[in-house]
Amino acid sequence: MNPAESVVEIDDLSVSFATDHGAVKAVDGVSLRVARGEVLAIVGESGSGKTVTAKSILGLLPETATTGGAVLLSSRSGDAVNDVVALDGARLRAVRGSDVAMVFQEPSSALNPVFTVGWQIAEGLRAHRRLSRAEAKREAVEILRTVGIPDPEVRVNHYPHQFSGGQKQRVVIAAALVLGPGLIVADEPTTALDVTVQAEILDLLRRLRDEFGTAIVLITHNMGVVADLADRVAVMFQGEVVEQAEAHALFAHPQHDYTKRLLAAVPRLGAGRLVAHDRVAPDARGRAEPAGRPVVEASGLVIDYPGRLGRRGFRAVDEVSFRIGAGEVLGLVGESGSGKTTIGRAIGGLTRITGGSLRVLGHEMLGFSERRFKPARADIGFVFQDPAASFNPLLTIAEAVAEPLVIHGRAASPAAARPRVDELLEAVQLPKGYGDRYPHELSGGQRQRASLARGLALDPTLLIADEPTSALDVSVQARVLELFAELQHDLGFAALFISHDLAVVDLLADRIAVLHRGRLVEEGPGAEVLERPRHEYTRRLIASLPVPDPVEQAQRRAALAALG
Amino acid sequence: MASLLSRLPVLKQLRQSVGLQRGMLVTGLVITGVFVLVAVFAPAIAPYGFAQLRGADGPFGAQQPPSAEHIMGTTVGGYDVYSRVLWGAQTAVLVILVAVVCSIFVGILLGLVSGYLGGWLDRVLVVIGDAIYAFPSLLLAIVLSIVISGGQSSLWGGILAAALSITVVFIPQYYRVIRAETIRIKAEPYVESAKMLGASPLRIMFRHVLRNATRTLPVIFTLNSSEALLTLAGLGFLGFGIEPTAAAEWGYDLNKALSDVTSGIWWTALYPGLAIVLAVLGITLVGESLNDLADPRLRGRKRVKARSGAVSMTSVDTTLPSDLEIRQENA
Repeated sequence: MNPAESVVEIDDLSVSFATDHGAVKAVDGVSLRVARGEVLAIVGESGSGKTVTAKSILGLLPETATTGGAVLLSSRSGDAVNDVVALDGARLRAVRGSDVAMVFQEPSSALNPVFTVGWQIAEGLRAHRRLSRAEAKREAVEILRTVGIPDPEVRVNHYPHQFSGGQKQRVVIAAALVLGPGLIVADEPTTALDVTVQAEILDLLRRLRDEFGTAIVLITHNMGVVADLADRVAVMFQGEVVEQAEAHALFAHPQHDYTKRLLAAVPRLGAGRLVAHDRVAPDARGRAEPAGRPVVEASGLVIDYPGRLGRRGFRAVDEVSFRIGAGEVLGLVGESGSGKTTIGRAIGGLTRITGGSLRVLGHEMLGFSERRFKPARADIGFVFQDPAASFNPLLTIAEAVAEPLVIHGRAASPAAARPRVDELLEAVQLPKGYGDRYPHELSGGQRQRASLARGLALDPTLLIADEPTSALDVSVQARVLELFAELQHDLGFAALFISHDLAVVDLLADRIAVLHRGRLVEEGPGAEVLERPRHEYTRRLIASLPVPDPVEQAQRRAALAALG
Repeated sequence: MASLLSRLPVLKQLRQSVGLQRGMLVTGLVITGVFVLVAVFAPAIAPYGFAQLRGADGPFGAQQPPSAEHIMGTTVGGYDVYSRVLWGAQTAVLVILVAVVCSIFVGILLGLVSGYLGGWLDRVLVVIGDAIYAFPSLLLAIVLSIVISGGQSSLWGGILAAALSITVVFIPQYYRVIRAETIRIKAEPYVESAKMLGASPLRIMFRHVLRNATRTLPVIFTLNSSEALLTLAGLGFLGFGIEPTAAAEWGYDLNKALSDVTSGIWWTALYPGLAIVLAVLGITLVGESLNDLADPRLRGRKRVKARSGAVSMTSVDTTLPSDLEIRQENA
């Protein structure tokens, strides 16, 4: 390939950061090349250096970074080549936007809330060209039409909060596209979006490549997204590119060990082969509750959030009915804002319910009283989404795991609880010595194991897990899910497993309930819901989920398009 | 022991700092250190007492220029300037200690309770805090010093008057900071997790919220110390301070030196003034650099060479010991 054909050529790039603990190398001798109109996906887990590599293409690294090597960026017309690493100030600004642009992960924070989207798109135009206000607006309208915003003439004057999440990401893409750069760097462009919206954004990016010949560097940890969009894939591990291949070849015949492990760890829909009744050990079944009596029973459950003065409240959960039997795992699936977390919090007594009935371990939650409910708390474990935030940073892991034991009077002090804590740490496969460490000294997966240990400390009848793996990398997620399944098998607790990821829920749940805008649209045994979805929304949800296989994903994409 | 030392507030920052920030911090620490040492050892260092008017060979005399006996000269009242500057440090440190200790506990407690419980108590306290803010603090200090000392001024009467009047102004500052932090921390998952477990509000407040909310205290502590010092000097300058026979006080000496300046007697005003400036400067430097160092975005770091440093672990999975290793370790 001759250099004129490539948009960007990264040659032996290395980046080191100055931190409080001395120098840390984030990228180590990376060489990559992106051809015109090609989508290169850089995949890897957190800390692998993929984002740092991408940001160095735009010269966006913070002051604490020191860069070595070269990043040769061609201009759109192909007549100029700049080494971004060596550029400074004004010349770097000239390259940004016109030769390369960036799409950020979180569209809500990438857009400035006090300016109209038209103004923000025109800002890039004004930085590079002299044009009148009317001309800039015309171009903004045009580009909004291109990215598929309906009524662009009207919408151009709207503010970011008037757009939905997916539309905001379209606006961000429009702003990146407006100067017609030859290369767009998209850093996790769909991670913050719901799976049905993700499919639309991926379609849009594909169109950019096909119709405008824009090259895309796609940073992602989601192998499904890679399979959906990428032409070529570079796998990064500990700051190095360990494998680079065509997408089809990589998924079919991964060469490097790490790639193989990564692909094996991705949960696949339909892999949930076990049903709870096979999993629950016979002696553990029905241990805490008399047979047939459900641990949680909701009928016509309504949860309203009060509105501001003079405004109507918001109904987060609307007439939802379900039950969780003893020793059963119910998977609650839904997109953001569907009310799944609210239901989890209501069962845990953190959110008050406003209508219907919710019985948790025999306690009616309507007209909730903390004093009456407190004894029941000993029978409910909770695992939070973000393991980093759910531990008090000033307590050691052992102290944190001992908290439930001390609060419910099973131990006089954290020190007295230590034997039980060690037992628990062992149960979640953490070395005992980790009890003396502070939360920040553990990795994400280890923290989530500790969180599981805390949730199980009182040997609960019911465990509520709210997106317990969504903050974790895939390979770690796989091991935590395995652990969860094992513990559930051994201890036989009932669980409410909340997730936005159908494939994850499928691995664990006996029954799956699908929530959509506060309503329960479908509920049933896992296999039935996934294989023969009755509701149109469930069908769309399943079809939108990208699978880590380019061939199969192309078929699924066609099927989704047929769904409309 | 080493890890304990490195976790002490100031030492940790000192090790973290580089370049200009380190220079500022070290300068501040040195000045503050000298200030505190002088305060502690004033009786030993000062050649005369703060209220001493005569030596072995008769009275000192008023407004004597600097000489071998009085290296900074004497005041209009016939006191030795050098001795009074040294003794003044003692008064200043006492006032700072009393003022900060009195305000910090009340402020933290109010902030914690009001932030965590919220409701009407919170609203009332916020309004009171705002009202005190709106009041000119020096005026408030004057009113309080009259109320507390009743016009008399012994050493402790004067110190308490100055300190407590400053306390009233400081409590809202601590209250606000702790309240804001508490409200932020209240929404953290680890507090929710404690609630889920059924922990009582008291337990949550003191075990989970309090220790996490006090992160910014060293900064406010130092900044308030310099403000306390200035208020004390201001009170003394306006004539509401401590009588010269009860204790040495820089603000009072400045006030008495007012008329000297126009008649060319510079030493009576220069040295107490310099003492105030240096003490405030030292404490402020410490406070400001702690403030900068507490924020990772403002904290300066040494630049690193290209291709230096170790690659940190990518996958969290690889840092996990295998099940076999765990079994061996636990066995």
